[in-house]
Amino acid sequence: MAALLSVQNLRAAYRLANGVELHAVDDVSIDLREGEVLGVVGESGCGKSTLATILALNAAPPLYVKSGTMQVQGRHADLTESDPLPRSERGKLISTLPQSAMNAMNPTTRVRDLAYDVLRAHERTTRKAAWGRAGARLEQLGLPTRVLERYPHELSGGMRQRVITVISTLLDPTILIADEPTSALDVSSQRAVVEMLKDLLARKIISGVLFITHDLPLLRHIADRVAVMYAGKVAELGPTERVINTPEHPYARALVGSILVPEPHIRAARVLGIPGSPPDLAAMPKGCRFHPRCPLADTRSREEVPPLVEVGDSGSHFAACWRTLEARQLLAGNLVGGPDGRVG
Amino acid sequence: MDASVRPSHTGVQKSPVDQTQPLLAVRNLNRTFGSGANAVAAVKDVSFELYPGEIVALVGESGSGKSTLARLLLRLLAPTSGEIQLLGKNVTHGPKTAYWREVQAVFQDPFASFNQFYSVRRVMLSALGVLQKQPTRAERDSRLRTALSQVGLSESLLEKRPYELSGGQRQRVMMARALMLAPQLLIADEPTSMLDASLRVSILNQLKDVRDATGTTLLLITHDLGQAYYVSDRLLVMYRGELVDTGPTEQVVAQSQHPYTRALIADVPTLH
Repeated sequence: MAALLSVQNLRAAYRLANGVELHAVDDVSIDLREGEVLGVVGESGCGKSTLATILALNAAPPLYVKSGTMQVQGRHADLTESDPLPRSERGKLISTLPQSAMNAMNPTTRVRDLAYDVLRAHERTTRKAAWGRAGARLEQLGLPTRVLERYPHELSGGMRQRVITVISTLLDPTILIADEPTSALDVSSQRAVVEMLKDLLARKIISGVLFITHDLPLLRHIADRVAVMYAGKVAELGPTERVINTPEHPYARALVGSILVPEPHIRAARVLGIPGSPPDLAAMPKGCRFHPRCPLADTRSREEVPPLVEVGDSGSHFAACWRTLEARQLLAGNLVGGPDGRVG
Repeated sequence: MDASVRPSHTGVQKSPVDQTQPLLAVRNLNRTFGSGANAVAAVKDVSFELYPGEIVALVGESGSGKSTLARLLLRLLAPTSGEIQLLGKNVTHGPKTAYWREVQAVFQDPFASFNQFYSVRRVMLSALGVLQKQPTRAERDSRLRTALSQVGLSESLLEKRPYELSGGQRQRVMMARALMLAPQLLIADEPTSMLDASLRVSILNQLKDVRDATGTTLLLITHDLGQAYYVSDRLLVMYRGELVDTGPTEQVVAQSQHPYTRALIADVPTLH
């Protein structure tokens, strides 16, 4: 499958007033394929949103891209430049779906006028034409067109998020970058937003989604592949089912193990979560960045940075860990963790 | 009852309570916002009991009235009609400070719950304001220490200010603040919804540990059935202001016949 979006060796840092640089994204390379939803998951502070900001071409000081190139639909862009792609291309090639729909909407503007503003920024259009287009799109996706007349506060949280989804895809962007679009919603509204994204993909209105979240179970329902990020690096990358059912990186395993789902085994034992917290960007541990919290860390983990390498023979599952082999042997011998893959 | 002489923080049940007498009983509670044609019944004829030492989870979607009910139970909002009883005594009206000695809360947003200029010590000590008699310095310190250890925080945090703490630590400080009063009932309104999945588990474990150590009754309000299922003994399911389903957690999740409960369970993303 052809890569829709290909990002190579992305490094970015926040520069503090005292000149210190905090590397929030460190050597990340990812591909987004045609028709695919790529999930990016990790704890707060692991660089997910920084990655989204850069890919949405919204990086602005104090965030500086140190290196990295992006290939999208045959175009080559150097992300270190201040304007990697012409402004007019942005909303059409890559669009963003923000987390908080309330903050993304002007409380004194009706939905229809927001739609007009978005369209007007990219092409010549009239109010009437813009409203008509937004209405048609709402109808197509099964939402009532009367929301066009509404102000944001008149809509429920779930409806607001769906309306924002419609508006951010009005220009038929090739790639949609969804940064925690469902985190503020209850499960029923979450499902509605996820269904809507699937619908947009099925109708070929958008061709690929980068879906950022800290909610791993949700990804099972939408993502084709999952990238697990930790401290600015990709720790594991693979097909969703494989990452969730047979995680290889101890961090991914711990993340899967700390999920609470209404399934009987959850009540049977105490779920431990992940001890400690993600590292301070100003004092990044040497070697594998997860080693201070890792039950399997050895001397090598503490000294050398593990590369992202293929695990197993799937050809599609990668992990950045020196100890994947040992971990698998231990799991097979049931010395570490139970059937749910938790490191104990 | 003078809270300062009560044998609190001893790690055992505070008063010899009858396990069959409900700690909190809610009778036909109603709350309507607005009037006339614009009236919205946010809580409709809700009745339930909480028994000592129980962890009860109140689940439902956004807008189902969970938080309105929480505010009614905390007496931050007056009910339109109905009655709240604490250990058999009607407490719907009357002095609130006495009520707050027994019923405390942990709120959703760990970033909005703090005064930015106050140290953790000051935030925690401010909770003692509802006591009738201000405790001695020695007792204040012992309460501080006990409350911090109950939530697994070190005393070195006392001089820090909110911006120096992580989201998980803030939420623990909020729990410790409530535990300073050794309340009989702790109402946690979505305490984990703004935290990471890995932190959620540890906060829920902490709440469970507090219950196990002190016998504090816990009402956990959440829209996440996964969390409710993990931690609670009993479930209350709320839909459009009404309590539509209730029962032991496992039974409700496995067998409930109520269409809304089934839909809610179906919407929860699962792993297998």
